[in-house]
Amino acid sequence: MSQQIQVSSLDAYYGKHKAIEDISMTIEPQSITAFIGPSGCGKSTFLRTLNRMHEVIPGARVEGKVLLDGEDLYAADVEPVSVRRMIGMVFQRPNPFPTMSIYENVAAGLKLNGRYARSEMDDIVETSLKGSNLWNEVKDRLNKPGAGLSGGQQQRLCIARAIAVKPEVLLMDEPCSALDPISTLAIEDLMSELKNQFTIIIVTHNMQQAARVSDRTAFFNLAGQGQPGRVIEMDDTSRIFTNPSQKATEDYITGRFG
Amino acid sequence: MAAIAVFLIVEAVPALQANQGSFLGTLTWTPNNTEPSFGIAALAFGTLLSSLLALVMAVPVAVGVALFISHYAPRRLAGVLGYVIDLLAAVPSVIYGLWGVIFLVPLVQGPYEFIHEYLGFIPLFGGDSVGGHSIMTASIILAIMILPIIAAISREVFLQVPRMHEEAALALGATRWEVIKTAVLPFGRPGVISASMLGLGRAMGETIAVALIFPATFGISFQILAPEGNSIAANIANGFAEAGPIGRGALIASGLVLFIITLLVNTAARLIVARRKEFSGAAA
Amino acid sequence: MTAIQHAPAIRRISTGRRVKDKIVQGLVYLSFAIAVVPLLSVLWLVLSNGFARLNMEFLTHSMRNIGARDAGGGAYHAIIGTLEQVLLSSVISIPVGLLTAIYLVEYGRGGRLSRAISFFVDVMTGIPSVVSGLFILAFWILALGMPFSGFAGALALSILMMPTVVRSAEEMLLLVPNDLREASYALGVPKWRTIVKVVLPTAFTGIVTGIMLAIARVAGETAPLLLTVFFTDSINTDPFDGPQMGLPLYVFDQSRRPTDVAIDRAWAGALTLILIVMLLNLVARLIGWWRSPARR
Ligand SMILES: Nc1ncnc2c1ncn2[C@@H]1O[C@H](COP(=O)(O)OP(=O)(O)OP(=O)(O)O)[C@@H](O)[C@H]1O
Ligand SMILES: [Mg+2]
Repeated sequence: MSQQIQVSSLDAYYGKHKAIEDISMTIEPQSITAFIGPSGCGKSTFLRTLNRMHEVIPGARVEGKVLLDGEDLYAADVEPVSVRRMIGMVFQRPNPFPTMSIYENVAAGLKLNGRYARSEMDDIVETSLKGSNLWNEVKDRLNKPGAGLSGGQQQRLCIARAIAVKPEVLLMDEPCSALDPISTLAIEDLMSELKNQFTIIIVTHNMQQAARVSDRTAFFNLAGQGQPGRVIEMDDTSRIFTNPSQKATEDYITGRFG
Repeated sequence: MAAIAVFLIVEAVPALQANQGSFLGTLTWTPNNTEPSFGIAALAFGTLLSSLLALVMAVPVAVGVALFISHYAPRRLAGVLGYVIDLLAAVPSVIYGLWGVIFLVPLVQGPYEFIHEYLGFIPLFGGDSVGGHSIMTASIILAIMILPIIAAISREVFLQVPRMHEEAALALGATRWEVIKTAVLPFGRPGVISASMLGLGRAMGETIAVALIFPATFGISFQILAPEGNSIAANIANGFAEAGPIGRGALIASGLVLFIITLLVNTAARLIVARRKEFSGAAA
Repeated sequence: MTAIQHAPAIRRISTGRRVKDKIVQGLVYLSFAIAVVPLLSVLWLVLSNGFARLNMEFLTHSMRNIGARDAGGGAYHAIIGTLEQVLLSSVISIPVGLLTAIYLVEYGRGGRLSRAISFFVDVMTGIPSVVSGLFILAFWILALGMPFSGFAGALALSILMMPTVVRSAEEMLLLVPNDLREASYALGVPKWRTIVKVVLPTAFTGIVTGIMLAIARVAGETAPLLLTVFFTDSINTDPFDGPQMGLPLYVFDQSRRPTDVAIDRAWAGALTLILIVMLLNLVARLIGWWRSPARR
C-alpha cells in the first residue's frame, strides 16, 4: 500500500528567504529514494514539504504542487493533519516521547486515530516493533520509559512509532547520523524490508549508505552562495554513483567538492 | 530562618501561656479580654479554604493562558502578552484589595443571591444569607492575584518543551490539541504543579487584599457565599492595631503557624521541581 | 507496481477529533478572556478613578488635620515614607544580597556552606510578607524595645527583598562565561580583582535589572509595613523615629474608611503606587533590553 509522489515546480521559503527553488521529481511507490548534497542545500526543507511539516515553522511557506497518487497535498481543502497521518517521518535525532513507556510510544499515533481494543492495540504494537527489528530487545520491558533505550534502539522505536499508523510513505531525515555503525546497519536492513510496504525517502550524508540502500538518488546543490537549493540531477542510484551526467554530481560523490 | 522562628516563638509563648482556651481547638479570638482565649482553628481553616478555592479557580485558567501564549497566539502578540503577564504579576496586592472592596463586592451580590436561591440546597452555597464579604469573594480576588504567577511559570515550561517532541507528535498526524496532550502537557506537568504550589503559598500568605474582604467572623463553615470568613493573615492585619501585649503575642503565634504551613507548601513545590530536573536530565 | 488499488488517497480526520480540537481552542481563548477581563477592570478603575483625584494637592499635602468627611488631604507623607523605606531597605539588602550571590557563585561553588545558604535563600523566598513584618515586630520592636519607625519597615522589606536580589544576581553571575575569568587569571590578576573588574561589569546590567524588579516588588508591600511603621497622618521625615506612613499602607487605610472622599484618595494613592511600580519595572526591562544580546 504505497503511492506515487509527484512534485512539480516547488519552492519553499523561510520568511523572505527562499530555501529551495523549482523542484520537480517523481518518486515511485515501493522504492527507496535517497537525497544527497552539501549541508544547507535544502534537503531537509524539501523533505519536510512532502508531509507539510515545513509550514509548522513560523513564517515558512511553500509554493508549487505535491501530488500523492494524483491528489494535491497543498489543495485548499486538504488538512495538513491527515497528510501527516499518511506520510510518516523519522527525524535526525531519535525523539521518543520522554514521559511515555515503550508501548505507549508505539501506540501514540494509534491513539490519535480512533479507538482500538486492547488486544488489537497489542497486536499492532508487536507487529510494529517486529517490523522495526526491536521486538526481541524490548519485549520484556514494554512498560519501561522509551527514553531509557540506547540511541539506536530509540531510533528504531521511532520507526516503529511511525509505521504503527500504517502510512503510505516514510520520510527519514538522516536517521542514522546519531548512531553507531552496528545500529546503522540494523536500520539499513530494516529499510530494505520496509520497502515492500512503504515508499521510503531518506536524506543522508553517507554516500555508501545511499549507494547501499537506495534505488534512486537525487543530488541537491545550491545554485550559488546565498541562492536557493535545487535538484541538480536525479537518476537510478547505480548511474549516479558510476556515471553521473553532471560534473557537480561527480565532484560531490568523489569528494572533490568544497 | 531559624532566627525568625525563635523570635516568633519567644514572643508568642507568654500569650500562649495566658491563653484560657485551647490554641488548636478554640473557635474564638479574644486575646485582649481579661481572660484571653483564642484558637487558630477557624483562621487556619479560612486560610486553607480560601486559598484552595482560589487555586481551583486559577489553575485551569492560568494553564489556558499559558497555552494561549505559548501555542495559540501569533508570535508577535505572544511576546507582548508575556510581558504584560509579567507586569500584572507586579501589581501590588493592596490594589487588588481596593478593587475587591469597591468594585467586586457590590458586583457579586446579585449572582450570589441567584446561586443561593436556586442552588442553595447544596451546602456549599447554603446559609441564612449571602453577601459580597465572603470566602468566595476573597477566593476570587486571590485567584486573580495568583493567576499571573502560575501562568508565567507554566508558559515558561511549555515553551521549554523540546521542539523535536512536538514535531514527533505533529508528524504522527496530531491536531494542535493532540500535540499539546501528547507532548506539551506531560512534559510541563511537574512545572505546572510546582507553579500551582507556589501560587498556593502566595495565596495563603496574602494579607491585605483579603483583610479588606473578610468580615472577621470566627467559625468553621463551608458556606462560601455567606458573609463570614477570616484568615490568619487577614486577622493579623485587622487585629494588630487594637492588640494589647497578649493580643500581639497571640497574633505572632498565629503568624508562626502560617509560616510553617507556607514552608511546607513551598518545600513541596521545590521537591517537585527538583524531581523534574532529574527526570529531564535522564531524558535528554 | 502492485495491482492493489486504494481508497481515496487523503482521508479527512474524523469529526470528533476536529470538534475536540476546536473545543479546546475555544476553551484556551476563553480562559485568556477570563483572565484579562478582571485585570483590565483593575487597571481601568485605578486609572480612571485615580486620575480624577490625583493632583498637586494630593502629591504635596499630608492627611494632618483632615477630618473624617473632609475632601482634602493627600499622600505626601506616605510617598515620602515609601521612598525612604524602600531606599533604606535597598541600602541594606543590595550589598548583602550581592555579596551573598558573589560568594555562592565565585567562592562557594557547591560547598556545604553555600548549599546551606542556598537553602535559606530558598526558604526566605517563600516567606509570606506578613510573617516578615511579624518577625521584625517580634525581634526589633518587642524584644529590643525599638520604636515603630520607617527603619523597622525597611528591615521587614529587606527580608523580602534580599532573597530576590540574591537569586537574580546569582543567575546573572552564572551567565558570565568561565573563559572570561580564566583569561583574567591567566594574566595573573588576583581573584577579587577579577570579580570586581571583569565579572561584575559583565553581569552589571542583568544585576541592575534584577534589583529594580526586587525594588518594584517591595515598594508595593503593605503587610510588613502595617506591623512595623504603624500609621500616621502627619509628615515624618525621620525614618529612624516614630510612626511613618507608606503608600501601600495609605491605600489600605483609606480604603477601609467608609466615606467616598477617602475612597477617592485610595484610588489616587493606588494610581501613584502603580505608576511608581510600573516605572521601576519599565526601567528594569529597558535596562535589560538595552544591553540584551539581541541588540548587540
Ligand atoms: N527554521 C529555519 N528558519 C530559517 N531558515 C532555515 C530554517 N531551517 C533551515 N533554514 C535555511 O534553509 C536552508 C536549507 O536548510 P536545510 O536544513 O534544508 O539544509 P539541509 O540540506 O538539510 O542541510 P544539512 O545537510 O546540514 O541537514 C539553509 O540555508 C538554512 O539556513
Ligand atoms: Mg538537514
